[in-house]
Amino acid sequence: MRKPKNPEKFKAANKAFNEGLRRHPVTGEGLPAFGTNVLTNVINEAGAYPTYNFKEGRYADAGKISGETIAQLETERGGNPTHGCHVGCAIRCSGIFVDKDGNYITKQPEYETVWAHGGNCGICDPDVIARLDFLDDNIGLDTIEMGATIGVAMEAGLLAFGDSAGAIRLVEEVGQGTPLGRILGSGCAFTAKAFGIERAPVVKGQAMPAYDPRAVKGMGVTYATTPMGADHTAGYAVTANILKVGGDVDPLSPAGQVELSRNLQVATAALDATGFCLFIAFAILDQADTFQAMVDTLNGMYDWNLTGDDVAALGKKILSMERDFNRRAGFTAAHDRLPRYFQREALPPHNVTFDVADKHLDSVFNWE
Amino acid sequence: MPPTIELKLYATLAAFQPAEAERFPLPPEASVASLLAILGIPAEVVKLIFVNGVRVDPAFRLQPGDRVGLFPPVGGG
Repeated sequence: MRKPKNPEKFKAANKAFNEGLRRHPVTGEGLPAFGTNVLTNVINEAGAYPTYNFKEGRYADAGKISGETIAQLETERGGNPTHGCHVGCAIRCSGIFVDKDGNYITKQPEYETVWAHGGNCGICDPDVIARLDFLDDNIGLDTIEMGATIGVAMEAGLLAFGDSAGAIRLVEEVGQGTPLGRILGSGCAFTAKAFGIERAPVVKGQAMPAYDPRAVKGMGVTYATTPMGADHTAGYAVTANILKVGGDVDPLSPAGQVELSRNLQVATAALDATGFCLFIAFAILDQADTFQAMVDTLNGMYDWNLTGDDVAALGKKILSMERDFNRRAGFTAAHDRLPRYFQREALPPHNVTFDVADKHLDSVFNWE
Repeated sequence: MPPTIELKLYATLAAFQPAEAERFPLPPEASVASLLAILGIPAEVVKLIFVNGVRVDPAFRLQPGDRVGLFPPVGGG
């Protein structure tokens, strides 16, 4: 096991860091009690919950698959809504999902999984979603990509929205490697091309997750510009757009979204490089002393003298390297865009389109 | 019929859920702050107030038929 180079400093910093995680209401209360799926009701209430393959921003049955509902179900059945995904985790947002007889089915499905296989496909049965989560894990599929792919298959008329048995059958076909399974297993963009569907919610060939970019515009900027393809974790603008963490930026207006996404992408690139769980962001965005404690754990571990500015410089360096890789792989500014239908088709209930200008998208990485 | 609002209390705030939340009487003062007082919810435990899907402040004045969603601090991703 690795030992800190400065054990005293590391121990003190780690103590302050853990105290900060426990003190913040998101990492200390909300995430342990309900898991990431506490977001279902929030994003749905904000009118930004992509429903029926990104056709609407509210799902009438969201309450049936919310974090509150599933945590209660787990408790009633003898599962566990509060479980650390690794020993020593200070947040413990994971959980154990069991069937009605108490048998283990899968770990507590994350918000994005519940959305992808649930609301996005018009499916509101927690047991069906848990089964699909297990199948994805067992076959080796990304749950967001697979749920978005089933959503496109539903849009293409292969099966109806809400067809639980059909969704399970299609994912099983991916595992079996049938001809249809091979198409679906190649992902959302590939499946949309195969069936001639324009409404493929993808950027750089990767499916968007559970936040409609028209109603959470900072998230749209991140989807469009991150070198990773549509990835919510690369610059999680839901924080300031919806959750009032780390600032407050109107999610429905294009104003301020580029700066928000830029700052989050820079900080996240650095944070990801450390190996810290991304969810510490809720605490370090709001609590300056917890941010400092996080930096001090690194300084204690490696005997460094890293400052907050160094963290930002590290993030920019990583993003520039990723972008350089993409450039040499043939990506241009034309790939830093959402599919055009997000500018053309308005999303209810707010009836908004994605209206952050292309030239502003091109200014996200303004240090290059 | 007296004017009503559609009230939705989420996460830990569900403990304050009144009867007939779907048709809850519009408070006389009509502000979200007065609604919280009627429900007995301490103002400091409410972090997010949505009215018809738009985040507002406690001083916001409600209209009949508004959909009001209240949350404690939450996050995920």
